Amino acid sequence: MRSYSIAIMVRNEYGVLNRVTSMFRRRQFNITGLTVSETETEELSRITVQFVGEKRAKNQLVAQLAKLPDVISFKEFDPDDSISCELLLIKVSNRDETRSQMLDAANAFHAKVVDYTRDAIVFRIAGQTRRIDNFIDLMRDFTILEVCRTGVVSLERGGTVMRNVSNI
Amino acid sequence: MAAFRLTPGPVAAKARETDRKRGQMELTGAQILVECLREQGVDVVFGYPGGTILDVYDALYQTPDIRHYLVSHEQGAAHAADGYARSTGRVGVCLATSGPGCTNLTTGIATAYMDSSPLVAITCNVSSKLLGKDSFQEVDITGITRPITKWNQVVKDVSRLANVVRQAFLIARSGRQGPVLIDVTKDVTSARAPYEPLPLARHRVTELPNPLSRRLLGGIEAPEPSLADVEGLIELIRGAERPLIVCGGGVVRSRAQDELLAFARRVDAPVAITVMGGGGFAGDDPLSTGMIGMHGSQASNRAVDDCDLLVAVGCRFSDRVALKPATFASRARIAQIDIDATEVGKNVRCDHHVLGDARRVLKLVNDRLDQQDHAAWKEHVFSFATETLYEEGGDHLTPKQINETIARLLPEDTIVATDVGQHQMWAIQHFHFRHPGQLLTSGGFGAMGFGLGAAIGAQVGNPARRVLHVTGDGSFRMNCNELSTVEHYGLPVITVVYDNAVLGMVHQWQTLIYDRRYAETTLDRGPDWVRLAEAYGLSGRRVSNVAELEDALGEALSCGHGYVIDAVLDPDEMVRPMVPAGQHITSFLAV
Repeated sequence: MRSYSIAIMVRNEYGVLNRVTSMFRRRQFNITGLTVSETETEELSRITVQFVGEKRAKNQLVAQLAKLPDVISFKEFDPDDSISCELLLIKVSNRDETRSQMLDAANAFHAKVVDYTRDAIVFRIAGQTRRIDNFIDLMRDFTILEVCRTGVVSLERGGTVMRNVSNI
Repeated sequence: MAAFRLTPGPVAAKARETDRKRGQMELTGAQILVECLREQGVDVVFGYPGGTILDVYDALYQTPDIRHYLVSHEQGAAHAADGYARSTGRVGVCLATSGPGCTNLTTGIATAYMDSSPLVAITCNVSSKLLGKDSFQEVDITGITRPITKWNQVVKDVSRLANVVRQAFLIARSGRQGPVLIDVTKDVTSARAPYEPLPLARHRVTELPNPLSRRLLGGIEAPEPSLADVEGLIELIRGAERPLIVCGGGVVRSRAQDELLAFARRVDAPVAITVMGGGGFAGDDPLSTGMIGMHGSQASNRAVDDCDLLVAVGCRFSDRVALKPATFASRARIAQIDIDATEVGKNVRCDHHVLGDARRVLKLVNDRLDQQDHAAWKEHVFSFATETLYEEGGDHLTPKQINETIARLLPEDTIVATDVGQHQMWAIQHFHFRHPGQLLTSGGFGAMGFGLGAAIGAQVGNPARRVLHVTGDGSFRMNCNELSTVEHYGLPVITVVYDNAVLGMVHQWQTLIYDRRYAETTLDRGPDWVRLAEAYGLSGRRVSNVAELEDALGEALSCGHGYVIDAVLDPDEMVRPMVPAGQHITSFLAV
């Protein structure tokens, strides 16, 4: 079992995201992360999928993705040749006895305070998944009220442009 | 496929006349839809009208070169379009209105999806302003059919309609074929837009201003086989001492029967045939071991166990073939020839594969492979039975008697449409299909009620050929309403009901596995099939021995209209051999 990150360019049309996600459901692929957004051209959307599983299952997932007519191209990311990033918003309880410890931790992680009230502090932090996991773990020592993370987005290093890749 | 005519149809011609002054050809969405069907060379559609699809029917009414067949129920339309597609190799088309009209299509669409049959289902929905408001007869049919179509699309903008229809047909017939659904809102069918005819030959390259066109050059169509992969397969074949070929549905879809026959002769290997492969390799060829899998012959299943190379051609190793994947062909290397990359290694391990259309790949192999010789291996395989033996006598017909009598009296190229259950397995075991598209059966989805609709579609698509509908007394009661379609259009479909007064296949499992607790499988009730046929304006006869069956078939062949033969079987007759689900392929429960 290992973790895979796969990006897909799809037609930016009604129902396409649903088609991709319903394929995951129907074929019993358990997705650990999914991000979707518009891209540099309005005709295309970019979907980034995180998947944990055996290589054979990952190959099957990639083949099933490539088969969908709305998928224009796909890319499986090699951690060494790509940049990955995720964004976290975390709301923790603001208490006198823990405040300075929390702010120290946030400082060490370069987390930004984006909201500060008598009751709670909201931190924002961007980075690799493990860094985000570690930060959440630290915050568990205090009282976490809410967590919201975006899931991973990835780009290949260098001048490669995915929409121009013809691998299907 | 009929040649494309650049001249517009009558509807378009009339519209063009009126629009000439304006200098532009404007049509309604409904007219564009019909013109796009003509672009595809469609001359037959099966369907059922309703509120939201009225404009389309109005346009069809004015288009005499597209024949519409009105069915009794939309499921029948989907099965008929499917049967038309399977038997002719062309794309089948069915129409239904919104709500219950289109949900009634779904069993037929799923059937086509599981068996990779090229189908375009056209449904209409409520007007785009009413979408999402639980309007009368509104349903999210694209959502419902997403897992059972290759692709589907809602059309809410009339300017996109023509290209969506073109894409739908392209996707349905390309690569691994399958069903596509287009859902057109009612306001689109009445809205007007410019329409420019586009010849079929140009649909591939120049058609689309959107990014799908990039895909059209690649993944939509069949992959071009890699010569290195072909050479790799040839090496495996040269090194094999006990090769077995499995003929799957891909052979039928690609019409690769000649190439497969040449391949089998060249490899000198036995050929086992899956349910979907029926017609891809002649059942009575000396190299045929008959059916493989749950009800496979002893020769087929033992060959799987003993072979050292298994070459699967267009076969997806369903759980009815690879009953227990962990022990399937455990002494063999497995090589797959498949048009669809997702099938490689999906259900059983795969040691080597060649991607591509079966016909193309086999031709490449045949051009490069030298003659092999496996006399001793063949002798071993054919020392096991390729057919099941029955005890004859008594007051019932045996399945083999029925099938042999039919085969003797009906033309050799008769198209056989089956329903699902015991009669289906018997038909596939004992009829020796020789032509792709000759056997129409719901192998993947197992949809009871498929047969009569499929037979109607086949008869419409093959007016010069004889079409036989083989069914059981369970399956037939599901869609026998289509006898009215058979009667109205004067289709000479012969129906043979294998009447054992039980839901035979389930009854058989209850006998063998559930200690004879026959829960809800006894059909001790009507109808009287002969009188039912008569009520529909047809004729029929009940038979219980070979002589009566011969007489009835003679009458059916000469009467010129549909005919129903009610053939009486012993309720305890079983489909043999049988390997229980999930068991090793030679763990025969009954032989």
